[in-house]
Amino acid sequence: MTERVELAQNAAGRMVPAMVNSKPQIPYLGVEKYQPRARKAAPAVRSSKDYPENGDKRVPDLETALRKCGLRDGMVISNHHHLRDGDRVALMALQVAAKLGVKDLTWFPSASFPSQKAAIELMESGVIHHIEGSMNGPLGDYCTQGKMRGMGVLRSHGGRWQAIQDGEVHVDVAVIAAPTADFFGNADGSHGKSACGSLGFALADSIYADNVIVVTDNLVPFPCIPWQIQGNNVDYVVEVESIGDPAKIVSGTTQITRSPDRLRIAELVARFLRYSGIMRTGFSFQAGAGGIALAFVDFLRRMMKEDGVKARFVRGGSTRYLVEMLQEGLTDYILDGQTFDLEAVKSIASDPRHVPTSPFTSYNYHGKGNFASMVDAVVLGATEVDVNFNGNVVTHSDGRLLHGIGGWQNCLAAGCTILALPSFRDRIPVIVDEVTTLTGPGELIDVVVTERGIAINPLRQDLLDSVKGSSLPIRPIQDIKAEVERICGGKPARPQLGDRPVAVVKWVDGTVLDTVWQVG
Amino acid sequence: MYLPGTEPKYFINAGLHGPDAVILDLEDSVHPAQKDAARILVRNTLRAVDFSGCERMVRINQLPMGLEDLAEIISEAPDLVLIPKTEHPQQVTEVDRMISELKHRHKIDRPIWLMPILESALAIENAFTIATATANVVALTIGLEDYTADLGVTKTPEGRESLYARARVVNAAKAAGVQAIDSVFGDVGNVDGLRRCAESSRELGFEGMGCIHPSQIAVIHDAFTPSQAEIEKALKIVAAFEEAQQRGLGVVSLGSKMIDAPVVERARKLVARSRAGAPAPHSSGLNNDVQERH
Repeated sequence: MTERVELAQNAAGRMVPAMVNSKPQIPYLGVEKYQPRARKAAPAVRSSKDYPENGDKRVPDLETALRKCGLRDGMVISNHHHLRDGDRVALMALQVAAKLGVKDLTWFPSASFPSQKAAIELMESGVIHHIEGSMNGPLGDYCTQGKMRGMGVLRSHGGRWQAIQDGEVHVDVAVIAAPTADFFGNADGSHGKSACGSLGFALADSIYADNVIVVTDNLVPFPCIPWQIQGNNVDYVVEVESIGDPAKIVSGTTQITRSPDRLRIAELVARFLRYSGIMRTGFSFQAGAGGIALAFVDFLRRMMKEDGVKARFVRGGSTRYLVEMLQEGLTDYILDGQTFDLEAVKSIASDPRHVPTSPFTSYNYHGKGNFASMVDAVVLGATEVDVNFNGNVVTHSDGRLLHGIGGWQNCLAAGCTILALPSFRDRIPVIVDEVTTLTGPGELIDVVVTERGIAINPLRQDLLDSVKGSSLPIRPIQDIKAEVERICGGKPARPQLGDRPVAVVKWVDGTVLDTVWQVG
Repeated sequence: MYLPGTEPKYFINAGLHGPDAVILDLEDSVHPAQKDAARILVRNTLRAVDFSGCERMVRINQLPMGLEDLAEIISEAPDLVLIPKTEHPQQVTEVDRMISELKHRHKIDRPIWLMPILESALAIENAFTIATATANVVALTIGLEDYTADLGVTKTPEGRESLYARARVVNAAKAAGVQAIDSVFGDVGNVDGLRRCAESSRELGFEGMGCIHPSQIAVIHDAFTPSQAEIEKALKIVAAFEEAQQRGLGVVSLGSKMIDAPVVERARKLVARSRAGAPAPHSSGLNNDVQERH
């Protein structure tokens, strides 16, 4: 990628490439400003006559399946990341592609993990041209250092569905790891030795890809009950010994932070929801599986019990803490996007009130609504936030790719978006004048909770009014920033970023929100 | 709250968690090879870190090494110095004398108070003379790990083996007119055990206790803060006494009960303590918000 890249300034004032991997882009226009007029994409029409009447779509191995799919140079191959760092199937598929001599693939995972760092060798050897999906660890460094031939494209979970559905990304071959499947291709994630809970991230791939391969290590006689992936969308089924390392697919147990500072942040978030009146019977919230989020759930649960409050639904990333709330009657339902620990996997497999969802129902902005905007409050992390409440979740202050977007951007649609984060990390202030990489517009971020106080976005006068007179440490964000800079010895120097774009950050509507620049 | 003197990462946010005092420790939590570094670190911390209004205390090393600590840290005027393994009043006066010289050298006007830590059978026997060794002693505390080791007994959660010593410390402190502060509760994860221990401390007459983790602060505050019912009863007693005084009555009664002078005095102390011990604005009482809203 040595050609000169034409840049355009978007509505957030960020310079973004006009073309990404030879495809024209629309610069970000502002929140709710872009209105697409196209029709949805669709795979080719297929006929049952081309599939076995007995429904048995098994082939001997993944190589056979990929050959039959006609995998060739320049295609897009996709995977989901429900098996997280324990996944074996994505690399298996890419390495078979290498064996077949295929080059210049676009790898389109819903997220990548450090255990997939062997993908670097496949990029070096030309098998993979570039990755469109979150990159962190070694893959993030590889991309940020400008070594990837194509440009990385970072999307939210909802944005990934939107990109597939709108035809921005056409998946040629989807390889779906399935903890349980039948020979017809019906598949589910909640049972089997590699159980991971929901398979929602694979749903768009199964519906829109030209070719769909299900890979399972737990083949059951038809029908696979329940199924989340419909066999009617599946071309081939491959049985393998193992799709992943169970120890790395779900943690045995998710842990609440023991850091006193992070516990204080979590408690402040819960107290904010309680005092502001957001925590009331029938409300809803979403929190992830990070240490602060888990601690927040624990504090909120205690407060809900004390006040006799019950939620209508909570959104996961589900963990045993949400499961315990369900079992205690503190919520009617868990609407689950991904399942983080063994207790949650057990629950989704056995409790009909613990419901698997997909990015379509939860997050897709180009749909007829989605769940994210119906959630009363969401608690998120961030690597940086600026004085205008803009958030960064993909790069660290040094400009290196650090995290995927996940559902973060989509969750900003909630009634009250709260960033819960320490005010500094390793002596680097988290509140800055301007975020290194814009991932979420400040007008959608309502509250920033740090251990030093709570900053409420001045745009949310209603929230400011709701906590007036409380003992909560409400402070202007500039005050907290100034205090932290005093502690840390001043403002940190800005990272020295190159002038070459290595990745772009898409907004939920497919427009380009910001650019990740080469570092080092 | 004790903070190891070699762990600056804990210093910066320590005050946010609402302890009444932070104790920068130069003694047991610091490896012998790191004593010099810890002294400098603690000195600079006293100079630079804002502990959000908490009292700033330093636990020096056992004498004579503790005197070297004083030479390094007194220039930054900590509020109080804890003297570990104190067994004789002479050790207190030695520390006091050196602090006085250093204060003079560094032109420090304000007092630097002392809290001896009693950690042996002999120390317990000498508790009153230690508490009265100088006017700068404002509190006595007890170190139960060393004390039980000195006795050759096992330290138990119930603390029966140290009941005498703790009661003796309280008695000596009260007799000397200083505060009695209980030992720390070392099992950070055992919240219920801490609560029971703190409640028992208060019953014995201690006015506070040490802690080693921010999560212990709210539990200890709760245990040492008089309950609403206790406060209301005390207020009634004080009011009845004042009314009786105004009316020139020699006998005070509340309802059908006669109230003796010591009862009034105890009620007054409880009211004073509840006012002094109200949770700090940033403390983490879960019920505060509910009470605020209703």
